[in-house]
This record gives sequence, C-alpha cells and structure tokens, in this order.
Amino acid sequence: MKSSIKSDAFPGTVGEGLSAHGVSRREFLAFCTSLTAMLALPPAMAGVMAEAISHARRQSVIWLSFQECTGCTESLTRSHAPTLENLIFDLISLDYHHTLQAASGESAEQVRIQSMKDNAGKYLLIVDGSIPMGNPGFSTIAGISNYDMLMETAKGAAAIVAVGTCAAYGGLPGASPNPTGAVSVGELIRDKPVINVPGCPPIPVVMTGVLAHFLTFGSLPELDAQGRPRAFYGETIHDRCYRRPFYDQGKFAQSFDDEAARHGWCLFKLGCKGPVTYNACATTKWNDGTSFPIQSGHGCIGCSEPNFWDAGPLYSALSMPVSATSAMLEGAAAIGAAAGVAITWYNRKTQSAEKAAHEIVTVQELIREEK
Amino acid sequence: MNPLDLLTFARGSAMNWALMICVAGIVLRLFEIFGLGRKTDLARPRAVTSGSGWRTVFMRSWPAAGMIKRDPLTYLAGYVFHIGLLIVVFCYAPHIDFIRSMTGLNWRGLPSTLVDAVAVASIIALLVLLAHRLINPVKRLLSGFGDYLAWCLTLLPLLSGYLAFHHQLFEYTLMLSLHLFSVELLLVLLPFTKLFHSFTVFLSRWYNGEMAARKGVVS
Repeated sequence: MKSSIKSDAFPGTVGEGLSAHGVSRREFLAFCTSLTAMLALPPAMAGVMAEAISHARRQSVIWLSFQECTGCTESLTRSHAPTLENLIFDLISLDYHHTLQAASGESAEQVRIQSMKDNAGKYLLIVDGSIPMGNPGFSTIAGISNYDMLMETAKGAAAIVAVGTCAAYGGLPGASPNPTGAVSVGELIRDKPVINVPGCPPIPVVMTGVLAHFLTFGSLPELDAQGRPRAFYGETIHDRCYRRPFYDQGKFAQSFDDEAARHGWCLFKLGCKGPVTYNACATTKWNDGTSFPIQSGHGCIGCSEPNFWDAGPLYSALSMPVSATSAMLEGAAAIGAAAGVAITWYNRKTQSAEKAAHEIVTVQELIREEK
Repeated sequence: MNPLDLLTFARGSAMNWALMICVAGIVLRLFEIFGLGRKTDLARPRAVTSGSGWRTVFMRSWPAAGMIKRDPLTYLAGYVFHIGLLIVVFCYAPHIDFIRSMTGLNWRGLPSTLVDAVAVASIIALLVLLAHRLINPVKRLLSGFGDYLAWCLTLLPLLSGYLAFHHQLFEYTLMLSLHLFSVELLLVLLPFTKLFHSFTVFLSRWYNGEMAARKGVVS
C-alpha cells in the first residue's frame, strides 16, 4: 500500500494539497527526482526539494496576458492535465489569470489588487505576451494598458517569469516591422529578477521546473546570456536530436514526402533550425514525452530564440543565404562587366597614346648621336 | 545584438554584399585580363602547337621529373591542402545547399565526419606550408604580404568552420556567424588578391603551354 505524505503535511502547504489529491510520497519523490535531474542538480537534492516543496505554502502567482495568442496557457494547462505537474499547478495559488479565472470585470481586477496587497514582495509574476509601446490602446485589460498593468504588478513581485517568446523577446508581435512597438518584459523591468522561458509555446515541464526551483531555494535557477534557465536551454536541439546520426552521415531529406523523409533522415536541408536553437524539446519532448516537432516530421523553427521570425525563411537551410538571389548576382556581374569594359577602354587608350607618342629612331640618327 | 541576429546579418546583408563584390570583382578582373590582349606573333611557330596548351593545363598538375624528391613537403602538403579544400567546399552537405540556393545545381555530399577529417588534414597542411615558407630561405625571400594575406584568408574559413562544427571556442550560433564572416572576407578579397589564381590558373597554364610550344618547347 502506498504511503501518503499526509503524515508530515502542514495545513495550507503544498504537501497538504498533494495529500488531498491522493498523491503518494513515492510518486512525489519520483517527480522531484526527475525535476532534480532536469535542473542538473545533485541527486541528493531530490529529498531536499521534496521536503521544501511539501512544506512550502502555496505560492501566490499572478499571471498577466498581454499581446499573445493564449498558446502558452493552452500548452501549460492542457499538457499537464494527467500528470503530477498539474497538481503542482493546482496547488500554487493562481490568484489572477484572465483566461482561466471565473471572475471578470472589476471583481477580477479587485482579486489582483488584493493578492498584490496580501503577498506584497512575495508573489510570483508570470507574464505571457509582449507589451505594445506604440500606443497604449493597442492592448488593454479592464481599461488599463499593458504597460501600466505590468509596471504596477511588477513592483511587489518577488520575481518575474516571462513565459513564451513574446514575453521573453517580443516574439511574433515584435517581428519586423513591429507595428505595435512590441517589447519584451526584460526590456521594461530592470530592477527585478526576470527569467525567460521562451518557446512558441514553451515546454510545460520547464515552467514546473522553474517553480520547483523557486519553492525549494527561494531563488531562480542559473540563467544563460538570454535570461533562460541553463538546465533546460543549455544545449541545442541538434545536439540532442535523435536524427543527428543522419546529419553526421550526410543523409538528408530533400522534401517532406520523399523516401529519405520516410526513413527519418535529417531535416537540415528542409530548413531545420535545430543547430542554432537552445531548448529541451529533443529531451523532454511534448505531450507527456510523446514527441516533438522533428519527430513528427517537421524541422525545428527555432521558436525559443530571440527574433526567430526575422531570422530568414523557415524552410531554407541554415547554410543558405537569407535574401541573396540569382538576379542580384546577375546584376553584380553586369556591373563588373561594365567596369571591366571601362578599364579595358582606359588601358587601350593608354596603349594607343604611348604608341602615338613613340618616335621612330633611324640607324643614321643613332650613328649621328654617337659621333 | 544577440547571436541569432548576428547570424541573420551574416546570412543576409553581409552575404549579399560579399557575393556581389565577389562576382563583380571576378568579372571585372577577367575583362581586364582579356582586354589587355596580346600582340600578334608574326614569327613562324617552331613546332606544331596543337593541343600543347591543353596538355600543359593537365601536366602542370603533376610534379616535374625529380621535383617531388627534391621538395616533397611542398608537393605533398600542397596536394593535401588543395584537394582537401575542394572536398570541404564542394562535398559538405550544407555547402552544397548554399551553392544550390544560388545556382540550382545539386549533388550528393560526403559524410560530415569524413569532411571533418579532410578539413583537419587541410588545416595541418596549411600550417606545414606556412612553417616551410618561413623556414626555407628561398621561399621566405620570395614571399610578400600578398602571400601571407592569402594564407590567412584561406585558413580562417577552414578553422572557424571546424570550430563551429565541433562547438568549440564560442557557442555554435556565434561561431557559425564568425565562420560566415570569414567566408565573406574571402569572397570580397578573392578577386583582388593572389587567390584569384583559382580563376586564372588553367588560363595561364594554357597560354604558357601554347606560347612555349610556338617557341619550340612542346609539352
């Protein structure tokens, strides 16, 4: 019979919530062990993490959605539904999330204000979507501009998590020509720790990993130069791709439905951006570890990288020029030919001038000079 | 500017300009060379010259009798480097894709690991050739700035490509950008340095073969 974690669960803690959901200590420890491994922490930290999380009070979370497509929320909620990760999410106190909350209008905003007061300096602020700076009216919630709501809510936050590429780097709204003047959370918030969890959408377990780290250590995990947790964004998709051996052997699919594609050969020539994309898709995968884009036959589009929308055509190989065309080279050849003709004309002219200036000297003249 | 933006610039505007300067420069130089012309040789040829130029084109690719024993290092390292460079440029799948995108031509590449080994051999050959150039007094006196510049321009793409492939020195995206920049530098300077021999080598061999034959030295 499974032992419950009820015995050491304190009222109002995550442990109590897990116990109420019938989660055994063994299951919970297994979950913490896998999170520890994913965060590249020593194995002994699994117990510490389990202890810290089960005794932690439910973390107050305020989730703000700005210029976004709700894909991040879809990913984080749906994918978690059957897993223990979902319970962790249930057991945080998600005080404000305008897609998921039942309340609306003024009452919803009151909940956010109240939560900010009750948990001042302690709540976690999660943001998805970019912030339009071109005109405050481009995106508002309850009549409040995205910028004002972010700055007001960020003041009392312990830390801020920018979920999805839009919040982390501007994403699709920020793509050229960026009509709304979209900016990322990190560009506006300079006085608080901001962690980027990019992806379009991001992997759910990365979110849980960041939360678990925060609950265990009271701090955010180690970040890379782009503000992403190294544990999940430390390696490229290409490095961990199961199709990598085909790349090494020079075996590539030439189209999405050719024989090579059916054999599962490398998708580099079809525009896969795996070599320059740092994410954990190839290892953690999606939908309970079922698959990831490359496994389902489509190259990586590099969605967790800043400005990936403007990084050239999605279906052009990384080694291909972004915008060079044959016409461009033909034009250059024409210019070269014109310049060549001009130089040839100049050279010929110089030759002719020298020939014309050449004086014929006769033998008699030379003899005269000698005398 | 983050590494991906740098890579996009390297694949975008920087590559466009480099390719255009390279193509315009090559056409300009060829026009210039052909445009100079030659005076008509009025003397009667001393030997039958037919095919002598073409034979020279191929024969000069082999060492002259006794030369390989006299200077094996130059020949061996020269062959390893030139053949290796051709394999790396034209048999590595991503490079083939680059050429295909510009010309429409396509062919099957070699395994990446094999190309990698060839790249290492080429880099070693280049280093050996440089050392020999510096140590050998005749070669040293014959060498000028243009020779060392050509050496650097050739080594940089090979070395940066090797480092990018093995994720060395900098993270891959940045290293790939540096590799592309080194290729672009090579493209821009190729028409205007000694590296232009890649376009004139067979032309000059043919001319020398023909002229020598007319003067009695048939190849």
